[in-house]
Amino acid sequence: MPKMPAERTDRSAVRSLLRLWPYVRPVRVRLFTAAFVAILASCLGLVIPLVLKWMVDGPVADRDPGGVWLGALYLLLLGIAEALLFGFRRWLVARPLAGVEAAMRADLFRHLQRLPVAFHDRWASGQLLSRGTTDLMLLRMFLAFPLTFLVVNTATILVGFVLLFAQDWTLGLVLLAPAVPLVILCSLFETKYSVVARRAQDQVGDLTTVVEESVLGIRIVKGFGRHRSQARAFKALAHRLRDTELGKARLLAGIWALITAIPELAIGAALVLGTIQVADGTLSAGTLVAFLSTALALRWPVESIGFLLAMSQESATATDRYFEVMDVAEERGAVAGREGAPATASGMVFEGVAFRYPDADPDSPPVLSGIDLHIRPGETLALVGGTGSGKTTLTALVPRLHEVTGGRITLDGEDIATMERSRLRELVSVAFEEPTLFSATVGENVTMGAADADEEQVRRALSVAQADFVHELPQGLDTEVGEQGLSLSGGQRQRLALARAVVGEPRFLVLDDPLSALDVHTETLVEAALRKVLARTTAVVVAHRPSTVMLADRVALLSGGRIAAVGTHQELLRDNAEYAWLMSGAGSGGADGPVAAPRSVGAFDAGHGPGHDDAAPHPAAPKSAPAQQVPAEEGSAR
Amino acid sequence: MTTTTDDASLPAAEDDGLRKEGPGAPEPRPSGDPFDQDDLPAPPGATLALLFSLLAPMRGRVAVAALLLVVQQVAMQAGPLLVAYAIDSGVPAFRDHDYGPLVAVAVGYALCSVGAGVLQYGFIRATARINQDVLLELRGRIFRHAQALSIDFHERYTSGRLISRSTTDVESLRELLSEGLQELIGVVLSFVSIAVVLLWLDLGIGAIATLSFVPLYLMVRMYRRRASVAFTARSTAIAAVIVKFAETMNGIRPVQAFRRERSNDAAFTELNTRHERSNGDAILEMARYVVGSRLIANTAVAGMVLWGAYRVAEGTLALGVLAAAVLYLRRLYDPIDRLGMFLNSYESAAASLTKIAGLLAQTPNVPETDHPTELPPRSGDLPGREVVFDGVRFAYRTGGEVLPAFDLRIPAGRTVAVVGSTGAGKSTLAKLLARFYDPTEGRVLLDGTDLRDLSTAELRRGVVMVTQEAFLFSGTVAENIAIGRPDATREEIEHAAKAIGAHDFIAALPDGYDTDVRKRGGRISAGQRQLVAFARALLANPSVLILDEATSSLDIPGERAVQRAMDTVLHGRTAVVIAHRLSTVEIADRVLVMEHGRIVEDGAPAELIGGTGRFAGLHRTWRDSLS
Repeated sequence: MPKMPAERTDRSAVRSLLRLWPYVRPVRVRLFTAAFVAILASCLGLVIPLVLKWMVDGPVADRDPGGVWLGALYLLLLGIAEALLFGFRRWLVARPLAGVEAAMRADLFRHLQRLPVAFHDRWASGQLLSRGTTDLMLLRMFLAFPLTFLVVNTATILVGFVLLFAQDWTLGLVLLAPAVPLVILCSLFETKYSVVARRAQDQVGDLTTVVEESVLGIRIVKGFGRHRSQARAFKALAHRLRDTELGKARLLAGIWALITAIPELAIGAALVLGTIQVADGTLSAGTLVAFLSTALALRWPVESIGFLLAMSQESATATDRYFEVMDVAEERGAVAGREGAPATASGMVFEGVAFRYPDADPDSPPVLSGIDLHIRPGETLALVGGTGSGKTTLTALVPRLHEVTGGRITLDGEDIATMERSRLRELVSVAFEEPTLFSATVGENVTMGAADADEEQVRRALSVAQADFVHELPQGLDTEVGEQGLSLSGGQRQRLALARAVVGEPRFLVLDDPLSALDVHTETLVEAALRKVLARTTAVVVAHRPSTVMLADRVALLSGGRIAAVGTHQELLRDNAEYAWLMSGAGSGGADGPVAAPRSVGAFDAGHGPGHDDAAPHPAAPKSAPAQQVPAEEGSAR
Repeated sequence: MTTTTDDASLPAAEDDGLRKEGPGAPEPRPSGDPFDQDDLPAPPGATLALLFSLLAPMRGRVAVAALLLVVQQVAMQAGPLLVAYAIDSGVPAFRDHDYGPLVAVAVGYALCSVGAGVLQYGFIRATARINQDVLLELRGRIFRHAQALSIDFHERYTSGRLISRSTTDVESLRELLSEGLQELIGVVLSFVSIAVVLLWLDLGIGAIATLSFVPLYLMVRMYRRRASVAFTARSTAIAAVIVKFAETMNGIRPVQAFRRERSNDAAFTELNTRHERSNGDAILEMARYVVGSRLIANTAVAGMVLWGAYRVAEGTLALGVLAAAVLYLRRLYDPIDRLGMFLNSYESAAASLTKIAGLLAQTPNVPETDHPTELPPRSGDLPGREVVFDGVRFAYRTGGEVLPAFDLRIPAGRTVAVVGSTGAGKSTLAKLLARFYDPTEGRVLLDGTDLRDLSTAELRRGVVMVTQEAFLFSGTVAENIAIGRPDATREEIEHAAKAIGAHDFIAALPDGYDTDVRKRGGRISAGQRQLVAFARALLANPSVLILDEATSSLDIPGERAVQRAMDTVLHGRTAVVIAHRLSTVEIADRVLVMEHGRIVEDGAPAELIGGTGRFAGLHRTWRDSLS
């Protein structure tokens, strides 16, 4: 029987796995006990051949039936002890390790929730999920099994070889001989295999992507009659995966053939030599039986070392993947005592605010720069700008979903960077462009905006958002919605999200195009009700249409990441060509005239307008203007 | 999500029976609608029929693989027999200077060792080939079937479930095939072959071995029953954990904005603890099985050794035979732990196969015709075609009537706007025209040809629909536009993008048209996505264009650009436009107002605005909102 050294695991893998210690610490006593019990059980297994030897050379040779009974009794007791010890080991670690897995998962969840939105923008939720599920299951497995058995099997092999050598050292050497070639072959195999395995993993990922997309984009696939070409793409990928898997199987088959044949050859050689020794009388028949029996008992511990190491390697990767996410710093808390003049203005104030996505090219122009705005208490400011001008990004800065990279935002004179996030978000309520509902009841989804809202407040919020359809749902406010519940239409979801934003009657309100999915009739009703709410709060409303702008007292035009103009709707309509164009789709010439195509907007005709760049560092500068246009108030900031 | 690395077919003699539960298997809720549950009704026996239909074409290869394994097992199990022969014949012969038997043992052992290795190699490769071909076939079947199923199926069967059918469920079958099947064959073979050899060596020992299978069988049966309960509980628990996890990460903005972190922690802890408990239960179930089966096995071994030793002591059995029997005994019960693992794989694969069988049992209710006809050549110069709804009525299969019977004729080249409140049936009308649904009664005709008689390719040359959700496939922006016409040149793609006003923002992306939409820097807003979707439709160059709320995320200039494109590029095409925004309606030749599935007003926009009907009212409200 060849012996493979257990210490072949990479140093780096060991270091990765050592990071698990804080989670393992609480269960260390049980884990160590379990390992000890497993060693004990394994050694009992090795004692059994010795009992056999004793029986063969003793009572059997002496024709002593009584002794035979005794030997069988020993065997029975050993067998029972082995079974119970195996069970005891599993019992010792079952619940504690399930606990370790759960603790790691809870920590991951807790941590991820507190990472900045920018982190989540970079990481697909599937990637995070696989860390929270398969990787952690693998780690629990590792602690329960490969970790223990690397120790146990190494110990068993050592003890086994000691027994073998004690019985007959020449035969022992014969069994030990193939260890060297096997170790070399195994490490060669592992290098090759890991490359192919990684390739297969990537190809599975590609295949999954095609599946996901053809399901999510089924309307487009069908709408354009593309299902044949999708099927072709899928088939090509599936075939590639199959070929890779077959390559993997070829490697695996090769190594298994060697692992099967080589130790077996050694046992054969030992058998022949042993027989000669028995014939010579230098070895007893019992010893030979016991020797071969021991060698066979060592088969599995030796064979297992290879794949235990492979599993450890995988677990090290899983650990790295887990800590890769856990090591990302949580959001900065409140920054105490910032430099700069204390703002005294009340309301919501943007002072020289600039923003660039953390993952953006440092040379690229910032998304927002030089934003100066003052929204007075009780005032509502509409934010208007072309597609991609940075409106949504600007609104995300207020509740600190993204952190400003320059300048500051103050609420009633207090820099939001110095505020506790939870307090800030209590002050500021948000309705997002894409209304997300959670798997919970309608009522719970609405009261997320204010945990202490009473029934009356919820009712009022629902009526402001014209979400009275709720009362006609099967269980009213208690109807489950979200992924697992009743699916609501886009318009219905948007109204619930609006109700959620206004339920707590927040001091500051940020609404990102809150009425886009509503039909004209409903929109009018919502606007009327919303007007009353807005009268009592300081609000920023992103608007695409005049009707939404009408909710606001003033309008700020965002263009190329800067505030291009501020004024009332009428003023801007009159004085600013870009604004007029955004609000009516035309200057004066109507749909067919030569219309100005200002920089920041997705111009409809490249022949007339310069290239669009939503992050242009300089303010909008309309190149050509219709006849009656008055120059825009560029960069004006009031 | 990524799948775990594959170290299939490495034997794990002891394992906690971990199964990788996949996401997207929501907990079944008590409800009568099969779509609410994860399982679609599959006809009885469909699961086995599916497995059979997958394996049947491989009969020959399965037989070869089984044969390889049998011979391999024989070679592996020959060892102890050679030991017996060496001790009983080799030793005395050697003492008499007859080296023949010993040489025979040496040669025999070497042949068996090498043979076992070679056969092992052949077997692994043969089974890998079978497994991969089965998986290839199954993946392809699910994919093709899902693509063939109609939109109304996709609307009810959520995308998450469909994805998990073709990923995690296939994965669990893969595990069964690659580890389980080999194990099962191996377990059965080694039980049978060793039992036979033992019976042949000595009737008594063989009888004890065979008898011990009875309690083992009972043990396995009990384990199966208990484990399946434990595993169901565990997979339900992990599904709940996954849903909560994914939902929180996908909705991280509202989570943080509404300070849900703490209450989420609490809710998650509850689900997580439930999983922890059921996980522990499942592991302990395996522990009980191991203890039970080991006890039976070790007791049997003691019994057999007692019997054998007694016989040798009596002088009625050769010592070598006892030695061989003892060596076999050690191997006899080795596979019982693996049997437990196989049962785990089997339980999970069977559950998955049932779900897949349920999916495959769904018949596409908008099937492609077997005898397609072509559309007649276009009359006149204009690209548009005439659309006729002839006595069309539409009801869901559950019985709810959406559109009562109606007739509608849209002459070629006209633009018709459909307005009405949510749930009035506008989208259903559009989907009937796009043949996402088939009418319950009546016909939808394109230039006099029933849509059902057209091949998919012909249908899509005729009708293209742009919807509110502008999904982008991974790949470049150019590739996404080219979905409309895969053979389009770069000029044609850019032309389409320019016509719709999407060129400028695309050109400003890091790599322009070659920007990968899923990579860094590919932040494409909802409005921009809709523009790409339009460019796609433009490039497809259909006779009839349907826009279902396709401008909802566009700002006014974007909307205008689309309208202008319809005036120019799409001029002469038949168009059906559904929109909340009445601005779109202005370009229409005709307006239909729908309410409760009926067309209640029908006329030219000016005519309707001038009147006193619903549209006049809607239009007034909208006008007011603009001022």
